[in-house]
Amino acid sequence: MKTNDVILQFTAKLVFFIIFFYAVHIFFAGHYTPGGGFVGGLVTASAIVLLVIAFDIKTVQSIIPINYLSLVAVGLIIAGGTAAFSMFMNEPFFTHYFDYFYLPLIGKTSLHTAALFDLGVYLVVVGVTMTIIQTIGEDE
Amino acid sequence: MKETILLIALTLFMVAIAILLYRVIAGPTLPDRAIALDTIGVNLISAIAIISIMLQTKAFLEAILILGILSFIGTIAFSKFIERGVIVERKGDS
Repeated sequence: MKTNDVILQFTAKLVFFIIFFYAVHIFFAGHYTPGGGFVGGLVTASAIVLLVIAFDIKTVQSIIPINYLSLVAVGLIIAGGTAAFSMFMNEPFFTHYFDYFYLPLIGKTSLHTAALFDLGVYLVVVGVTMTIIQTIGEDE
Repeated sequence: MKETILLIALTLFMVAIAILLYRVIAGPTLPDRAIALDTIGVNLISAIAIISIMLQTKAFLEAILILGILSFIGTIAFSKFIERGVIVERKGDS
């Protein structure tokens, strides 16, 4: 019997974008409301897991051609680089900087280097979760 | 008055979760348990919403949405396991 999951695959295509943009919102809202890099990374990973469940690993790997192990490395470099940057400015390790900028279309915005550290955490969480799931899923 | 109504609603949701828990434990087949777990997720979302009204905070809205996403994905994974026996396929011909 040939199985047919049209409804699941169509729903997965739609819901993936909803979950992914919600994860981006959680990531950027982490400074003033609950959320942040860790939860955002987990929600992004669960969006990709939804695609993996609806399709299969080879298809998802061709849709999102990312090597998740190097994603972990890039995240660690970003987080460590943000922490180490202040050492080159003759200030203690992990000193963060922030300032207010006037961006076009958005207006007065406070940009903080803690967001860069959060980006590193986000990439590491996505990479580690997807590596675990891919490794277990490919095992026979 | 409002507090009483919210407490009554919360109690009713707890009773519903307890009854569903009975279905999870005593359910004769696996799909019964999957459906009961999915409904427990929905009732849990409602209970969190009522608690966040009682505490007068907006901090639980993220938890509500994330619980909805996780309940959805968990139910899909469970039902795929029931149907196919595997959750993650390596290479399907679909």
